[in-house]
Amino acid sequence: MSADGNRPAGTRLAGANPAGIAAGAALPPGGDARPRGAAGRGARLGRLASWDLGVVVLAVLTIVVASGTVENFSTSRNFTFLVLDLLPIALIALPMTFVIVTGEIDLSVASTLGLSSATMGYLWNQGLTIETIIPLCVVLGAVLGAVNGLFVTVFRLPSLAVTIGTMALFRGLALVVLGDTAVADFPARYTDWVTGTIGGSAVPNVLIPLAVLAALFGVVLHATPVGRWSFAAGASEHAARFAGIRVGRLKFWLYVVTGAVAGLAGVLWTLRYSSARADNGAGLELAVVAAVLLGGVSIFGGRGTLPGVVGGVVLLAALQNALRLSDVSNESLNVVTGALLVVSVLVPNLIRRTRSAFARTRHRPAPLSPPPLPGS
Amino acid sequence: MSAEHAPLLAVRDVSKSFGAVAAVRDVSFPLYAGEAHALVGENGAGKSTIVKMLAGVHRPDTGAIELDGVPLDLRSPADARAAGIAVIYQEPTLFPDLSVAENIAMANPPRGRLRTIDRGRQLRDAEALFRRLGVMIDPARPARGLSIADQQVVEIAKALSADARVLVMDEPTAALSAVEVERLFTVARSLRDRGAAILFISHRFDEITSLCQRVTVMRDGRHVSTDPLAGLTVDDLVRRMVGRDLSTLYPERTTTPGDVVLEVDGLRRDGFFRDVSFQVRAGEIVALAGLVGSGRSEVAQAIFGVDPRDAGTVRVHGRPLRAGSPRAAMAAGLALVPEDRRLQGLVMDASISRNVTLPRSGTLARLGLLFGGSERRAAAEWTARLQTKYGRLADAVSTLSGGNQQKVVLAKWLSTLPRVLMVDEPTRGIDIGTKAEVHRLMSGLAEDGVAVLMVSSELPEVLGLADRVLVMREGRLVAELDRAQATEESVMFAAVGQTRAASAQSAASSGSDDSPAGSARTADKDRNASADRSAGTNAGTDRKTGAGAGVEVAL
Amino acid sequence: MTTVEDSVRTMTAPAGSPRPSALERVLRAREISIVLAIALLVLVTAVGHPSFVKSQSIRDILLGTAIMVVLAVGQTIVVVTRNIDLSVGSVLGLAAFAAGTLLMDHPGTPIIIAVLVGMAVGAGCGLVNGLLVRFGDVPALVVTLGTLYVYRGVAYLWAGGQQINADELPDGFLSFGTSTILGVPYLALIAVAVLVAAGIVLRSYPAGRQLYALGSSPDGARLAGIPIGRRTLAAFLASGTLAGLAGVLFAARFGTVDAAAGTGYELNVVAAVVVGGVAIFGGSGTVWGAALGALLLTTIGSALPVLGVDQFWQQAIVGALILLAIGIDRLIAARVAAALKKRGSHVR
Repeated sequence: MSADGNRPAGTRLAGANPAGIAAGAALPPGGDARPRGAAGRGARLGRLASWDLGVVVLAVLTIVVASGTVENFSTSRNFTFLVLDLLPIALIALPMTFVIVTGEIDLSVASTLGLSSATMGYLWNQGLTIETIIPLCVVLGAVLGAVNGLFVTVFRLPSLAVTIGTMALFRGLALVVLGDTAVADFPARYTDWVTGTIGGSAVPNVLIPLAVLAALFGVVLHATPVGRWSFAAGASEHAARFAGIRVGRLKFWLYVVTGAVAGLAGVLWTLRYSSARADNGAGLELAVVAAVLLGGVSIFGGRGTLPGVVGGVVLLAALQNALRLSDVSNESLNVVTGALLVVSVLVPNLIRRTRSAFARTRHRPAPLSPPPLPGS
Repeated sequence: MSAEHAPLLAVRDVSKSFGAVAAVRDVSFPLYAGEAHALVGENGAGKSTIVKMLAGVHRPDTGAIELDGVPLDLRSPADARAAGIAVIYQEPTLFPDLSVAENIAMANPPRGRLRTIDRGRQLRDAEALFRRLGVMIDPARPARGLSIADQQVVEIAKALSADARVLVMDEPTAALSAVEVERLFTVARSLRDRGAAILFISHRFDEITSLCQRVTVMRDGRHVSTDPLAGLTVDDLVRRMVGRDLSTLYPERTTTPGDVVLEVDGLRRDGFFRDVSFQVRAGEIVALAGLVGSGRSEVAQAIFGVDPRDAGTVRVHGRPLRAGSPRAAMAAGLALVPEDRRLQGLVMDASISRNVTLPRSGTLARLGLLFGGSERRAAAEWTARLQTKYGRLADAVSTLSGGNQQKVVLAKWLSTLPRVLMVDEPTRGIDIGTKAEVHRLMSGLAEDGVAVLMVSSELPEVLGLADRVLVMREGRLVAELDRAQATEESVMFAAVGQTRAASAQSAASSGSDDSPAGSARTADKDRNASADRSAGTNAGTDRKTGAGAGVEVAL
Repeated sequence: MTTVEDSVRTMTAPAGSPRPSALERVLRAREISIVLAIALLVLVTAVGHPSFVKSQSIRDILLGTAIMVVLAVGQTIVVVTRNIDLSVGSVLGLAAFAAGTLLMDHPGTPIIIAVLVGMAVGAGCGLVNGLLVRFGDVPALVVTLGTLYVYRGVAYLWAGGQQINADELPDGFLSFGTSTILGVPYLALIAVAVLVAAGIVLRSYPAGRQLYALGSSPDGARLAGIPIGRRTLAAFLASGTLAGLAGVLFAARFGTVDAAAGTGYELNVVAAVVVGGVAIFGGSGTVWGAALGALLLTTIGSALPVLGVDQFWQQAIVGALILLAIGIDRLIAARVAAALKKRGSHVR
């Protein structure tokens, strides 16, 4: 059955073409396109990767420069801290990349983290075992993400407004759960594991699950149908729906995953500082969004790479770490994060604009020479 | 009406390039007061660029636009408006949240005390304008929810309120029904007769002959000719537009329809269509004809599951198809090449290969993984089969011409090896050569046993390709015509809901449609008179029947 | 295939002109429903706790509302243009600290100068936001999320942990923050003046209408020759300036200012605006609605402790109200679209 629709259509075309009007203009099928395609792929890769690559290079550069100039930066102890510091940002940035690629946003992640942390403290006070609490908190995060997803996909509300609302709601609920108290007496076995390193080396234990998750999300984004659907949904939701992609369902599950990961980040945050508080991770959404955009993901959706995002996270974390070691206060660090966020969107825009202005001026002197493209 | 005095507005030797592409080169033509001037040409001929220069959106690289002999420097749309040039676009540009009266007065609202906006006068002014135009639109209502036709009328009122001396209309009729077009033209004519110069862009020759006195033809960004319309035949115009003789040969087909593949029974979607039942057999091309807005595309989209359906069943090979699930439809062997290529058919920023393989990314994956190779191979294979012209498979699909974009959409869906192919406006906005290729392709697919359902507004395409023609009107199927019964007249009569007897008057004009030249020569005055005599829908019939001849060369 | 003739339907089918004021009625209903909600809340609270309607607590509500209204007016101006300004809380803090520092260092400074300095600081911040949005093509969300932290960080850098206390500020300034005319606080009068002025400009001046046009259809605005860049810039400038004014009012009311002043206010302001019926994607809504939204939120904030509800609930309620408001907007929009089109909206 399938062969019927398939092969003869091609032969038919080839057979019919010589009589056709456009026969003279048509390229020989395939033959011409393939070699050029191979050559062009490299060029395109280079063009595409330029921003991501730039971020990665910048991240490395920051580390190198900081190692040379900032005291204590290149110590193994600091490396451990650096990884622990970037852990929550990196974790949440992974699913956030998907959310932004599909053209949405989730500003509620830090509040989800806070509510997860507060709930963890509350449940611990209620006498539940940590082994029960951890999965419960991840599930709680997934449920909170589902709330976002429900509002965005079923009620079709703008994700910006929804997640500003849930950002307040979830943080408010965290306050309701735990008030302004803190719960601190978590079992050392767990807190030690989170802050600990692999066999006494400088590599923190948590880097392993983080690396595994990053690889997983990277593969899903760049080498699975789900990734293809995400890009298509972000670039053109209509076209995606006409191609049979269940955009609503996709986005719903992306919010659920984002919530679950934020819930997990809440658990890790709590264990790392051995302190469950309602205001844990306040403002973290900024760092996450900044890292993702810094990594070259378009805020308008449809474009971005996961390696770029990892580069963005490392750059942000290394910069913050170096500045902190240079006695810059936490609050002042926000200046850097905020500025990076703006710059990461501003600079590509300016580059694009100057490039097109340059193209215009370069081509203007000879407007008559090239033949017009059909249909342009 | 022919004015040989100095032009009101003159386009003089203007050129405009975008990057390496010269969109317009050394184009000159005059616009006279009290005259409607048609600008025709194939897609990509540079018409829209001219419009945008007149609108102040683009500035000419060289040359000038002169008003009363004085060169204008239009740096912005505001400049153009101040110079008395009003532009009406295909897509109206109203502010949906503001009232109709406010939309009209936006540029220069009446001021009262302390220079505040005098809302009362704003409303009265709008009412007065609508009275002048002879239309009934409540000026206090928000613009949101107005029909496209009413929005166009508001745009015209806007132009009137600005005392525009030059009215540029860029394909304003593309989305209008016949009655609405006639209403728009009545307004445009009254404006013209008051001394405004009108530049009218349309692909429909009957509309041009009905409104215009002079015509400028453009091809490949260059000016070809400017002449009085009287004395020109449609053939003349088309030859100038295309630069070659036109042969609209449809492929010969010998069909032996097989089993019923697609069965639609009692399909209904509230507000769009109801009671739609039909069958399509293997190897058959069935056309779904009707006026724009009659519900054709909605039927196709509901069958495919992109839109919901409120009642009815769809069966493919006898097995019922789940509602609202394009995925289920694809699994059952359905494919839909949608109406709006840029919005629905393609992810414009994505590469050619991603676009071609998008519906199949699930099946192309190995162990759930996709590493590009299989996608590239599939895309190369199918674009080659359709003889798509492109630079690299990794190029964004937006870099292609309209015809090649359409081929990418076709490749995308043919690669799913459909048993039922639904094609919505398969040749809209693509050049004649590609058009013929697409026609041959569809015919070939049918011969290979694919059931083809084609939605088309182009009558010659419908008549030339289809084995059966289903006609929709007002959301219902009103006629089924086989190849022998289907003529321009029978299809159009069914589409507008007129019996032959009732529109005897239009028979004269549709008679002249047999020789397009006759239709083109129809003097404007006669046209007006006939429109005046036959009021309401009758006038619409008249016009639409003419459209039958027009669309043959609509590009 | 049967030919179905239904000429009656054919004749009557064309899109009927719906009742004109459907949208306006809905908008007005929003404002009325907020007033009712406030009245109900006050009533319920006052019945159980008569002290709630004593002049002292009413004055507190008015003072709190005044600051929120000034911010909400600025936010409305930005939101109707299809933008958002999340940096207002930080701008408030920065301006409050600037005005406070000025008065602390130069106690003789006239209050009006302090007000102007605060507004100038705000205007500067708003200008930066506007320039980035206009010339950088950066979405307002990203710009103001970034500057939210940048301005706050600048405040921290400047303050360096220092706090300005009431006893360091001139008495005249502090009494300006708390004294009343005929029982109405000065601050409330200022807020009303701002509200009325903005209301008139937005409703009755071309520049104001152009802001709505801009938010309603950016493409249309460009083709209509509306100076989009200048209007966008002006909207952010207005929002920043008003946030600066709110900062001075904040300093006057509380007397204590540190770098954290106004932290998290952006959420309450966005909530007030959205609850007040300003469409988050531009084009519609009034400052009056936004002001009522601010009043409702402040009243809730004051009523909760009186009613014995844990104060920690307040933020959760703010979040829930945002969701409720945009949900209702969505519902209304769908209804209106259905009524206007008669063709049924595109609901999956």
